[in-house]
Amino acid sequence: MNIIVVGLSHKTAPVEVREKVAFSPNLIEKPLRDLIALDEIVEGVVVSTCNRVEIYATTRDIAGGISRIKRFLADHHRISLESLEQHLYSYHSESAIRHVFRVASSLDSLVVGEPQILGQIKTAYGYAAEYKSSGIILNRFLHKAFSVAKRVRTETKIASSAVSVAFAAVELAKKILGDLSGKTVMLIGAGEMCELAAKHFLNSGASGVMVANRTFSRAERLADEFAGEAVRFEDLFDHLHRADIVLSSTGAPHTIIGPKDVEAVVRRRKYKPMFFIDIAVPRDIDAKVNDVESAYLFTVDDLQEIIQANLAQRNLEASKAEEIIEQEIGQFFRWLSSLESTPTIVALRSKFDEIRRAELDKTLSGWKDLPPEAEKRLEALTVAIINKLLHTPTAVLKQSGQGGRTDLYTDALRQLFDLQTSHQDDGELELEEE
Amino acid sequence: MMIRIFFYCTLALYGGATVAYLAYLFKTTPVLATWAHRLIAAGFVAHLLSTIHLSVLTGQLPITNMHQSLSFFSLTIVGAFIYFERTYKVAILGSFVSPLALLAIIASSALPDEIKHLSPILRSNWFWIHALMAFVSYAAFTITFATSAMYLIQEHFLKKKHFGALFRKLPSLDTMDDISYRCLTIGFPLLTMAIISGAIWSEQTGGGYWNWSDRKQIWSLITWFIYAALLHGRLTTGWRGRRAALLSILGFIVLLITFIGMKHSISW
Repeated sequence: MNIIVVGLSHKTAPVEVREKVAFSPNLIEKPLRDLIALDEIVEGVVVSTCNRVEIYATTRDIAGGISRIKRFLADHHRISLESLEQHLYSYHSESAIRHVFRVASSLDSLVVGEPQILGQIKTAYGYAAEYKSSGIILNRFLHKAFSVAKRVRTETKIASSAVSVAFAAVELAKKILGDLSGKTVMLIGAGEMCELAAKHFLNSGASGVMVANRTFSRAERLADEFAGEAVRFEDLFDHLHRADIVLSSTGAPHTIIGPKDVEAVVRRRKYKPMFFIDIAVPRDIDAKVNDVESAYLFTVDDLQEIIQANLAQRNLEASKAEEIIEQEIGQFFRWLSSLESTPTIVALRSKFDEIRRAELDKTLSGWKDLPPEAEKRLEALTVAIINKLLHTPTAVLKQSGQGGRTDLYTDALRQLFDLQTSHQDDGELELEEE
Repeated sequence: MMIRIFFYCTLALYGGATVAYLAYLFKTTPVLATWAHRLIAAGFVAHLLSTIHLSVLTGQLPITNMHQSLSFFSLTIVGAFIYFERTYKVAILGSFVSPLALLAIIASSALPDEIKHLSPILRSNWFWIHALMAFVSYAAFTITFATSAMYLIQEHFLKKKHFGALFRKLPSLDTMDDISYRCLTIGFPLLTMAIISGAIWSEQTGGGYWNWSDRKQIWSLITWFIYAALLHGRLTTGWRGRRAALLSILGFIVLLITFIGMKHSISW
């Protein structure tokens, strides 16, 4: 069984493409079911954030599985595979494990070290577990990814300087609004990223928070948390002029704030500058808002350049993190291979033992005056022969994981000795971790 | 000869400061800005000495011909710059102001300097009040011009998402808008008083308070109206940022035309 990854991220696709292939968390059940219903795919997890859409899956046929998932992504979002394919990357086996470990450890993030991605993958895995689209391998794989991410965070300083999209947003706001003291923040929607950004703004001196949400009770709850003010979603434009900083991350399928709205709001503010950050994918705020006088709109992509400066320091920590990940890949890949080889080894052993027992019984049954001592010795002798014979093949098979030849050997053994193995059932019993 | 030494020292120091400030635009080396500031501060001291020396020598403020006036203009610009640079800690302002100061003093050095004694019509206190106020207001408007230009550049970066080295060095839009506004509130009353004191002086010389054939008076009035509109717009309908910056730049161009291009009908 092989682990494969197919996806796209901020590194390969602009926001225009990412928003087209994003999966809404509320509607994730059907795609998950469709995914594992595919012939080539055994298990599947869908991770969809504003910076990446990735599918983790297991398959027996690497090439077939990857191309099937690519087609699945295109079909599901009703876009042509030709236009999508240029933005997609895919990994399998060891490189897939490395990729997911790196993503979970936030080494592949827009802001290296930002902590949100781990939570997002956990949520994605939660859905997969709930709808049973993940099985033994992906369960184990993602739990491993979480523990690797935790190790990276505790053993390196990668996340300690709190550089994040939220932090970059604050820096940018200061370039427009100057001192942030006395400034008011409006939160539209209730994404985790938005809340985090709002906290950063408050820490940097912003004094008031307004929260607008389609579910008013959620707005109220969040407003309470910030000692702010809840605003009804319908009344958004009656309050927007009071906000200097607008953070939007609703799950709306189309834009909710357009240039005309902002023109009116800005006029009401006597052209005091307004800073908009649109974290949502698909976007909440029309790109033309940026053309309105005194309105400055930034998307998550725009924050990337601001962030570049902080990367130098982080790269140093990142190289330490990569080392940790390499160690962990080795361990996990050995487990994955053993998952493949263990049932074969067990089957091989039992086959040999079966033959040994049958032959021994045949011999003993026709040998009347044998002393019990000799019977024991014969038993021990046959066991020793089997053990000696199986020692080298077992060792080779257990180590074959690193070279990636497990499939070749197990297939050969199954055919040569006519072994019957039930892969899935045996696997769980044999989980071992160093 | 002494006058010349200080004057050429000033010229050299302003030149050095301008080179350093312009280099600072492209290279992010904080030490460049530090040295640029030291050079311009030293230049200012030399300039001040040169001006005082000339005043003592002639017994009057050295603003009686274009050579002297441009030099004095340069002095007030640099003085205002040093004040605002220290108050707001905006080193990059020097990259925009020092070339203007340098240009003014180069133009000054290119013009003939005949120290002549003033004709009796200029021996009025109103003339000195008028001239001094005008120069300080010009300096304030020059700073407004520089911060407005910086504002437009920074706004361009923000709108087009160019986050380069210059973006990092330029201060926040708010800071530049604030400096522009401060300078406007200093420059505008001074310009108003300069025009009024100028009218009184004109009356004293027998030309009447207002002479519609005096192009300098008329252009001064145009300048005044532009800045009055800007101030009014800011206080009432919230003209700020981009609009204010554009109008400030227009105001400054008209001001330069008034200052350099227009001769008084009163000849002396």
